[in-house]
Amino acid sequence: MAHEHKLAIFRGAVKFKSNVSKIWGVFIFLSVVTIIEVALGIVRPDFLIDNRFLALKLLNWIFIILTIVKAYYITWDFMHMRDETTGLRRAVIWTSIFLISYLIVLILIEGDYIFEVYKSGFIKFDF
Amino acid sequence: MEATVVKTGTEDKTWGGGNQPLKASYGKMMMWFFIVSDALTFSGFLASYGFSRFKFVDAWPIADEVFTHFPFLHGVEAPMYYVAFMTFILIFSSVTMVLAVDAGHKMKQNKVILYLFLTIIGGLIFLGSQAWEWATFIKGDYGAIETKGGQIIQFLDKEGERVAIRDFVAINDADRIPQTRENGLWFVQDSEYLPSVTFNQVKEGFLANDNLLVRLQHKDEHGQHIILSREESIAKVVNDGQLVVEGANLRHNEYGHPLFANFFFFITGFHGFHVATGVLINIIIFFNVILGTYERRNSYEMVEKVGLYWHFVDLVWVFVFTFFYLV
Repeated sequence: MAHEHKLAIFRGAVKFKSNVSKIWGVFIFLSVVTIIEVALGIVRPDFLIDNRFLALKLLNWIFIILTIVKAYYITWDFMHMRDETTGLRRAVIWTSIFLISYLIVLILIEGDYIFEVYKSGFIKFDF
Repeated sequence: MEATVVKTGTEDKTWGGGNQPLKASYGKMMMWFFIVSDALTFSGFLASYGFSRFKFVDAWPIADEVFTHFPFLHGVEAPMYYVAFMTFILIFSSVTMVLAVDAGHKMKQNKVILYLFLTIIGGLIFLGSQAWEWATFIKGDYGAIETKGGQIIQFLDKEGERVAIRDFVAINDADRIPQTRENGLWFVQDSEYLPSVTFNQVKEGFLANDNLLVRLQHKDEHGQHIILSREESIAKVVNDGQLVVEGANLRHNEYGHPLFANFFFFITGFHGFHVATGVLINIIIFFNVILGTYERRNSYEMVEKVGLYWHFVDLVWVFVFTFFYLV
């Protein structure tokens, strides 16, 4: 089975000579991202906790974006999504992204609404 | 090996399955679609976790204060290090898996054997770590009091350090008396949940020890749990306290809201179940590789398919790690 691998990552900025060296490169990248996440999780800098963007702490934005970056490289390079046809890639990725975002947005808005009811309505949770 | 045909007999036929517009075999495509549906299942779980967390957003436990243990380092505060270790184990076993897939493409049987073996070992280490994590979580550390309204209150000294209830509890004659037939009460069952000390012992110990304060489940605007003054603490324990909680189970959770423990058991448990089945499938494929099944088939695509599943397990862990331990 002669498989063709696309060996460039970071939109072509980094090119590897073989598939094996690309695997190790992606592994190093994922490790660095994980180390950054863990370090931020332990230090929790105050300015990232006290400042918010769209009701979410900056720190949590960083965590979520780094997670999606990691997910991208696991799917694209470890699961070889980079080498699949456009049709298969879109069937898998677009479907998931659409359904998952839809679910998360509705459910989290509902959760926040119930929090407000507990907080300012007649139902109490503080005894 | 008649059972393992590679060709379907429909090649070159436009109708009848001869066409492969996605240039992926049936098995690989079905693995991808299974992964999509499984991803939706996990998103459902994580979204419901988010729902409950948003519902009690000002009273949710802080993960950094819950998962502070590391094996063989008893009493040392090590937030996050252990889960970070578990994350690395899983990412590394993903790397060995993708190396096995790559060796399979090059038809190098011995390398596939080596890398699959390392992947299985990584999976087993992860499962063992998760078992330890669960055991530590279930056993608990400091203990807490549950109020009549189901809130958890925890104990601190005046420096703000957590204090375990076993360190200040008043050991008097327990008010638990064994019932016998003579009392006419032989049919009365013990309550399901029996901590090692009673609420009255904890209350007595708390009142006798002026250095102790309590901390509420609710958080202030900086996201820290609210700490009461000594007078407020006494009022809280005496008026509202009801039950001693040690560790976590599906009903009571010394770390905070019971839903936190429920979701922890459910989501990491479901993920651990995926890891366990992944290890099992890897072992089956491992033996197939040793027996030379894929050499005879002239294609290691089966390794690629289980590889997809194994990477998916890693992918899910990346999200579980973020939403349970970091955010």
